[in-house]
Amino acid sequence: MKGWFPLLLTVALALALVFLTLPVIAIFVDSSPAELVESLGEPGALDALWLSLRVTAISLAVILLVGTPAAYLLATRAFRGKALVVTLVELPLVLPPAVAGIALLAAVGPSGILGGAIDATGIELALQTAGVVVALTFVASPFYIRQAMASFASVDRTLLDASRTLGASEARGFLRVMIPAALPGLAAGTALALGRALGEFGATLMFAGSFQGITQTVPLAIYDRFSTDFESALALSAVLVAVSAGILLSVKFVQGGEALGIAAR
Amino acid sequence: MLRVEAEHRLGALPLDVALEVVPGECLALAGPSGAGKTSVLRVAAGLLRPERGRVEAGGEAWLDTERGIDVPPERRRCGYVFQEYALFPHLTAWQNVAYPLRGVPRGARRGRAIGLLERFGMRELADARPPTLSGGERQRVALARMLAREPGVLLLDEPLSALDARTRAGAARQLAAVLREAEAPALLVTHDFAEAAQLGDRVGIMDTGRVIQEGSASELAAAPTSAFVADFTGAVVLTGVARSAANGLTRVELDGGGVVVSIDPGAGAVAVSVYPWEIEIEPADGPRGPVSTRNHLPAEVLSVTTVGNRVRLGLAGPQPLAAEITRVAADALELRSGMRVTASWKAVATRLVAV
Repeated sequence: MKGWFPLLLTVALALALVFLTLPVIAIFVDSSPAELVESLGEPGALDALWLSLRVTAISLAVILLVGTPAAYLLATRAFRGKALVVTLVELPLVLPPAVAGIALLAAVGPSGILGGAIDATGIELALQTAGVVVALTFVASPFYIRQAMASFASVDRTLLDASRTLGASEARGFLRVMIPAALPGLAAGTALALGRALGEFGATLMFAGSFQGITQTVPLAIYDRFSTDFESALALSAVLVAVSAGILLSVKFVQGGEALGIAAR
Repeated sequence: MLRVEAEHRLGALPLDVALEVVPGECLALAGPSGAGKTSVLRVAAGLLRPERGRVEAGGEAWLDTERGIDVPPERRRCGYVFQEYALFPHLTAWQNVAYPLRGVPRGARRGRAIGLLERFGMRELADARPPTLSGGERQRVALARMLAREPGVLLLDEPLSALDARTRAGAARQLAAVLREAEAPALLVTHDFAEAAQLGDRVGIMDTGRVIQEGSASELAAAPTSAFVADFTGAVVLTGVARSAANGLTRVELDGGGVVVSIDPGAGAVAVSVYPWEIEIEPADGPRGPVSTRNHLPAEVLSVTTVGNRVRLGLAGPQPLAAEITRVAADALELRSGMRVTASWKAVATRLVAV
C-alpha cells in the first residue's frame, strides 16, 4: 500500500481492533483457567449461571412464540396506523434500561396500573424470578420483532401466493414456506434478542432486584461481586464472553445459508 | 369451462374483462406490460378480489361478488405457473412437486413427485434445490408441481419470459405438449404475440385493462380491428388520410408524404398496416416495367439485421418501415445502410383501420 490514506485506514482499524479486543482478552489473561473454574464452583456463581440460563430460555420462548406471528402480520399486511404500531413495538430499543425497570414497576409492579389484576391471579412478579422473565422479554423482544419483520418482508410474496394456489391455507404457508424462507433472518433476530436478554442488567435490577438464586442473573452477580470478590466476577464474565462469542459465531454460520439463496431475493 | 368476468380499478387502470375458455382449450392473453393480463389470472386464482366479478370453473362458482361468494385460493383447483416460477427455495425439486400432494399418504408422495418429474426428464435432479437449477429446469419443476395439484384450470403467467432465447424454443415445445394433453381450460399470459400464436388456440389482445380483439392468431394478424392490434401483431403501421379512388380501391395520402392504395374501404384518418414480409425491396434506380404491386415508397436503408436465413431491414421513408427479405435476396441486392431503395407491396396486403 502506498500513500497516506491507506495508511490512515490501517491505523484506524488497528486502533479499533486493539481497543475492542483488549478488555475481552484481559478477562482471560488476568486469571488462570484453573482459578476461573475454581471460582465458578462457588454456589452463588452457579446459582446465577443456572438462573440466567432458565430465564433467558423462557423469555426467548415467549418472544419467538408471540413475536414471530406479530412480525409476520406487520410485514405482510397494510393497515391504518401501522407505522405507529411499528414505532411503539420498537420503542423499548431506545429506552434506557433503568427507565424500562421503572416503567415495568409502574405497569405491572405491586402498586402499578395492572398490579391489582396480576395480584388477583396469584402471580407475583416484582422481586421474583417471573419478574426477571418479564424484564428480559420487555427489553429483548423488539430486537427480535424488528429483525423478523425485515426478514419476512424480504421474502418474495409470490411464494405465499404459490403456496395458496397449491392448496395450502395461509397458516400452512406461514409454517412451511414463510418461516423456512425467512429463517436466516429469524435466527439472527433470535441471537440479537438472546444476547440482549443474557446481558440484561438495569431493568432486572430495578424491577426484580438482586436476590441470589431468585433474581440474581449473571450480570447482577458480576456487579455484586466486583468490589468484594474480583476473581469470581472475572470468572463469570469469562463465561458470558464465551457464550456471547458462541452466539455471534452461530449467527454468522446460519447467515452463511443466505449464500445458498434460502432467503429469497 | 372457465368463465372470468371482472371489473376492478387497479390504480389508474380500469380492468374490465369477460372471457370464456372451454376444456382442453388454451386462451392466450397477449399485450404490453401493464395491460392487466396478470390481474386476470390473479382474479381467476382468487389472489385478487375484483370490485365486481364472477369466476366459474367446471360449473362451480368460485367468485360472485353479487351473491357474496369468494372461494379462497387454496380451495380453487388452479394450476398456477408464476412468472419466475415461485419455486420454494428451501425445498428440493421433488419436495416442491410434492407440496400440493396433501391427500396422498406420506410414504407415496416422493414416488408420485418423482414420477411427475420424470415426465419432464427431471428425475436426476429430484434432490436439487431450485437456486441450483437453470431457468429451463425450474420451469419444468414448476410444470410438474402444477400438474401435481391435479388442476381444474391452468393459469400460466409469462411461462417463457424468464428463459434465455436458447432455452425458450425447447421449453415452448414442452409447454405446448402439456397444454395439448391437458383436459382443463388454460389461460396463458404473454407480452409476445408470436408466443401467444404458438401456444394459444385463441388469442386475446389486451390493452389498458380490456380485451380489445379476440380470435385465432392468423385472424388477428390478417384482420386487425385497430392500429394497436396491427402493431402488436408485428405489422408496420403507417398513418394517413383515406378516400375512395375511382378504380374501386382506397387511396391513402400518408402523413409526411407518399400515397398507398388498399382494397379495404376507408375514409378519413386511417392506420395502414402491412406485414414486413409482404414488403419487396428493389434498388431505387432499378428499371421498373409493369408490376402487380400497387404501392411503391422511396426509402433509405437504416439498418440491416441478419436473423438466421432472413434479413430484417429498417427503412426511413416518409414514415419508418420495416421489411423482411431472405438473406440471399439481401446479398444479391448488396444492401447496406444509407442505400436508397424502393419498398413495394400489394394493395391486397394492405389493411386499413379507422383511427
